[in-house]
Amino acid sequence: MAKYIARRVFYMFITLFLIATATFFLMKTLPGSPIASASKLTPDQLAVVEAKYGLDKPVPVQYGLYMLNLAQGDLGNSFQFKGASVTQLILNRLGPSFLLGAQGLTLGVLIGIILGMIAALRQNSIWDYGSTLIAIVGISIPSFVFATFLQYWFAVKFQIFPVALWKDGWMSSVLPSIALAMGPLAVAARFIRTEMIEVLSSDYITLARSKGASGFEVAFKHAFRNALIPLVTVLGPLAAGLLTGSLVIEQIFAIPGIGEQFVKAIMINDFSIIMGTTLFFSVFLIFTILVVDILYGIIDPRIRLSGGNN
Amino acid sequence: MTHNLGNLPPESFKRVTIDSSAAERISKPSLSFWQDAWLRIRKNKAAIVSMILLAFIFLMAFIGPLISPHDSEKQTITHANLPPKVPGLESIGILDGTANLAGTEVDMYELKKVDTYYWFGTDGLGRDMFSRVWEGTQISLFIAFVAAVIDMIIGVLYGGISAYYGGRVDDMMQRIVEILYGIPNLVVVILMILVMDPGILAIIIAITITGWIGMSRIVRGQVLKFKNQEFVLASRTLGASNNRIISKHLLPNILGIIIINTMFTIPGAIFFEAFLSFIGLGLQPPAASLGTLINDGYKLIKFQPHILLFPSMILSVLMVAFNLLGDGLRDALDPKMKD
Repeated sequence: MAKYIARRVFYMFITLFLIATATFFLMKTLPGSPIASASKLTPDQLAVVEAKYGLDKPVPVQYGLYMLNLAQGDLGNSFQFKGASVTQLILNRLGPSFLLGAQGLTLGVLIGIILGMIAALRQNSIWDYGSTLIAIVGISIPSFVFATFLQYWFAVKFQIFPVALWKDGWMSSVLPSIALAMGPLAVAARFIRTEMIEVLSSDYITLARSKGASGFEVAFKHAFRNALIPLVTVLGPLAAGLLTGSLVIEQIFAIPGIGEQFVKAIMINDFSIIMGTTLFFSVFLIFTILVVDILYGIIDPRIRLSGGNN
Repeated sequence: MTHNLGNLPPESFKRVTIDSSAAERISKPSLSFWQDAWLRIRKNKAAIVSMILLAFIFLMAFIGPLISPHDSEKQTITHANLPPKVPGLESIGILDGTANLAGTEVDMYELKKVDTYYWFGTDGLGRDMFSRVWEGTQISLFIAFVAAVIDMIIGVLYGGISAYYGGRVDDMMQRIVEILYGIPNLVVVILMILVMDPGILAIIIAITITGWIGMSRIVRGQVLKFKNQEFVLASRTLGASNNRIISKHLLPNILGIIIINTMFTIPGAIFFEAFLSFIGLGLQPPAASLGTLINDGYKLIKFQPHILLFPSMILSVLMVAFNLLGDGLRDALDPKMKD
């Protein structure tokens, strides 16, 4: 176990190092300058501004400095916000993104589990087909299409929720959370259905039934708990999906989160925010997957984590 | 209840013999892999409906811009922002060219003195949405198919070589995959798009740069499973070359899984293209894909919902149909995976 974790953490750092390096050099090849008024400045002024951001040094030196700062958790300074620290900018924006992600994931997984359970217990009934349909639609329809329709119906037509305003407290987070929840909902529903059907046909369920346990007891006490375990494995991909979703959802609902800041930074070439956010996303995803894999080994003793090759 | 058996005439008896040479005869005509798969997929209504829908969308993507009386890039400013109007349907009250203007239903076509029909309406520059939407579908499908084929080729080659040659080759190749796999593909896609000139090529490269990894892992697993089985060993003993073993014995066995996986990469690629276009990193005007059309429509959601409606409907139907067909194919091509 310890060997396995050590190996994974080692790979994690290699991956992060590669991402940081690749991002840095890709940013250097980007067309355009992050200094917005570059064309209006005299060469002397430009040199002063570039020196301020360390852009006058040779690229390898810049790279070395960047990596050195990175190791200390310093992601550099933003060009856009008068040299504000990128680490601080990301931390400031973390709240709304985290709230939406957590709400979307919880809502989606909970409803998904319920739908999946109903589908498995009433296999090949109208309930089953209904929840399968919801799952297919949830997986297929991109969250931004779904979000625009939610916005059109519930904010523009019926005016229940604000259209795109992060000022009405929790009410502002309802529509974006629902839009984000569709993906996890669909994945959880499909997954739980398959797992439940498999578990329900196993011997220990037959035994529980023959002992006289009620249908309810069999479903919830015996089957459900075992069907739930493998759901942990899809949490990694789900987190990745939430991140992708958040980029557009935050845009659509004008939420002051990390995704919205990232997309804006891309539009105006703010290298340090792009690099910082890229690294932040990577750390988040890689770490989530690592935690999920370790958790899975702990809660399901049938899975042995080994340090060797697979 | 007694029968007088003695009275039965001998003619009522017939000698039954088992022809031992017929024991091995196959009673039903033998079916090829594809015939067998077709028999199974025919029973899957959702997959059949999806196939028909996809065929329809494909067809329209190519003939749609041709049958529309209007050109997709011709801007007729006087015809801007018209709601959809379809001959025939207008008499029953839907798609009749009316729009809600300051609380009252107004026939926009009468108001702007337009005497032609725009089936899907027009956009803010007076361009015909019908031909634009189908041309956009064409581009989205093109990007998705090319990306899926490239993913498939690289994935099969990489996974196949890694598993077939094994040993140190496999070790090296898998270490590389392990590192690449850790990189979130969202991050890679966005970075690649940033560095390249925006356009179809950039989107395809961005999607495929990490897209092949999933395929390579699946192919590797399958080849590892098959390469030491008896029929492959027998073939090797008989002196078959590597090429022959790969093309005649391994590939046919993993073909089903390759096809299923490709079926699922297509909707993934359609999604990524639309996603990139939606956040403004995709195609640049005047080129249009479903994603850019949705992005344009989204900006006018409150006033011109029809501009958003048609491209997002087609995108959604495409995604649902590809996923359902993929599910159906998985059940049909790989019966072991079912139940």
